[in-house]
Amino acid sequence: MFETLILILDATLRVSTPLILAALAGLFSERSGIVDIGLEGKMLGGAFAAAAAAAVFGSAWIGLLFAIGASVCLALIHGFACITHRGDHIVSGVAINTIVAGLTVTLGLDWFSQGGQTPALTGDARFTPITLPFAEQVADVPVIGLIYSELLSGHNILVYLAFAFVPATYWVVFKTRFGLRLRAVGENPHAVDTAGISVALVRYRAVIICGVLCGIAGAYLSTAHNAGFLKDMSAGKGYMALAALIFGKWRPVPVLCACLLFGFLDAVAVRLQGVSLPGIGEVPVQAIEVLPYVLTVLLLAGFIGKAVGPKAIGKPYVKERA
Amino acid sequence: MSQAKVPAWVSVGLIPLLNILLAFFVSGLVFLAIGEDPIEAAGYLIYGAFGYDEGIGYTLYYATNLIFTGLAVSIAFKAGLFNIGGEGQAYIGGLGVGLLCLWFDSSLPLIVIAPLAIIGGALFGAAWAYIPAYLQARRGSHIVITTIMFNFIASSLMVYLMVNWLKAEGVMSPISRTFEESAWLPYMHDLFSPFGLDIGGSPLNMAFILALLCCVLYWGLVWHTRWGYQLRTVGTNPTAAQYAGIDNAKVTIWVMLISGGFAGLVGVNEIMGVNHNLLLNFTAGYGFAGIAVALMGRNHPVGIILAAMLFGALYQGGAELAFEIPTITPEIVVVIQGLVILFSGALENMFKGRIEGFFLRRAAA
Repeated sequence: MFETLILILDATLRVSTPLILAALAGLFSERSGIVDIGLEGKMLGGAFAAAAAAAVFGSAWIGLLFAIGASVCLALIHGFACITHRGDHIVSGVAINTIVAGLTVTLGLDWFSQGGQTPALTGDARFTPITLPFAEQVADVPVIGLIYSELLSGHNILVYLAFAFVPATYWVVFKTRFGLRLRAVGENPHAVDTAGISVALVRYRAVIICGVLCGIAGAYLSTAHNAGFLKDMSAGKGYMALAALIFGKWRPVPVLCACLLFGFLDAVAVRLQGVSLPGIGEVPVQAIEVLPYVLTVLLLAGFIGKAVGPKAIGKPYVKERA
Repeated sequence: MSQAKVPAWVSVGLIPLLNILLAFFVSGLVFLAIGEDPIEAAGYLIYGAFGYDEGIGYTLYYATNLIFTGLAVSIAFKAGLFNIGGEGQAYIGGLGVGLLCLWFDSSLPLIVIAPLAIIGGALFGAAWAYIPAYLQARRGSHIVITTIMFNFIASSLMVYLMVNWLKAEGVMSPISRTFEESAWLPYMHDLFSPFGLDIGGSPLNMAFILALLCCVLYWGLVWHTRWGYQLRTVGTNPTAAQYAGIDNAKVTIWVMLISGGFAGLVGVNEIMGVNHNLLLNFTAGYGFAGIAVALMGRNHPVGIILAAMLFGALYQGGAELAFEIPTITPEIVVVIQGLVILFSGALENMFKGRIEGFFLRRAAA
């Protein structure tokens, strides 16, 4: 029983990682007032760029760089539309998701001739598990040994990175000057402008950080969690990250908890397939899969707490001219 | 502000046209990037879509779905709402159509089943839109997020129902039994043959007529009823609407019900008209494509029909293109669709300021 629990939690960490990265990406963007439903597209674009570059250069790290590059480009298109041209944030996000869904398969077929997939990655072209020091030695110690060697050790670098980004995000958003401006721009851009700070510049920076984090999330999908790019491999994770962002009320630590909860539900759903629970009977997998979305809707409806987003979110900033 | 006005042909014609052309120009660059001649590709696309009778049939069949989802997105836009949940509403609408066909196909004639299924599909779609609409109107939760969530919920619900309850006996894949022929919407072969068109094996069916009727309904509702006036007022200025005594929440809920109803009718075309059984994933992205159709059609039924025909042609032509040039996937059509959404939606203001400025100066001079 305990071992099963550890295995489920271990899977939870792996499934949560892309959610955490993408949700933090969304946090930066949305805190600055830019709605981002293009997390999905940026992640998918990053996944494709990572797998393609890793296949060509044989290095997962080069893949990661390309993933970040591709995702930042997409983020800048979103910024160009929403910040510079005051376009509709949702429409722009949908456009990016749609373009990437088609473009990855189109380019993939042209470059690798494998029906839109990239070649299977092996060796250095993937991020491989890291064994933490003494993991093997303590494996036999009861309880703690298992937690350390199975649950905490043996993940790839991007998993640890994702978790490290949570306190980092907290520090940047709540303890630095940039973070203060970021939040101010999302709440009251006029005040920021009055203080002599460019609203557009702050928002562009936020959007770029969003791109970087989505790129890492994408690279995780194709070069760490899987061994290559598959059509539509982000499979709604970007939207789920968006749900986690709202569920965590745009705050780093609650967002982390939401991602872990959604990841846990996913891991449990896989485990419970065809298993009959005592007293309840067989729980349909779909009922568990759907929980993150149902919970988010309930939260938005105000039935469990209240989700209040940044005040100026989704509104283009128009500088007043005398 | 000066009294000078931008001529109508500029704001309704020139600027949208420029945006579309730019989208096609960038699409051409994508073709060049994968080493294909865009002109040659366009040739295959046009031939595939309009070059032979069956191709035309397919184009119109795809357009049927796109008219439904385009109208769905568009009417919500009219109230300033973004219904991104067309996909889920179409899915559940199809469920409604399928259930009615499964129940009544051996007991009732088509003349009774058809209207029943049409109403059923619209009602199921509307019901799926109702909860997000209610939450937006009464509890202030953002409709974009809730409709996205409802797409996923619809998808899981359908998998559950298909696998556990509706699957036909003796088959492995999650599809229902095939309906009796009395629940098949008639194909349009006979309608076209007097004009010398033989649309042969194409799946074009009477749902196309239904789609055109919906366009008329849309036009009448939005521009020729008191409710339509309220709808447009809420969309342009909700504060003014409230001041004038319009119940914003009520308008929001009703427009989303109608929007969901339009989307639900995709099920009539797909389930009753083409597949003749219930299955998974028959919506195939039409809900999202509806956003492109609505944007390109400038939220007007005539524009929506034209845009739906264009995208229908792209879908059908894309299949032809992939067949002629094996190094191209039909997915390239999705790229074009995305670029249209980007340039005529998100970046619609890119040229607007400059061009309008030009005409304003000229008018003032």
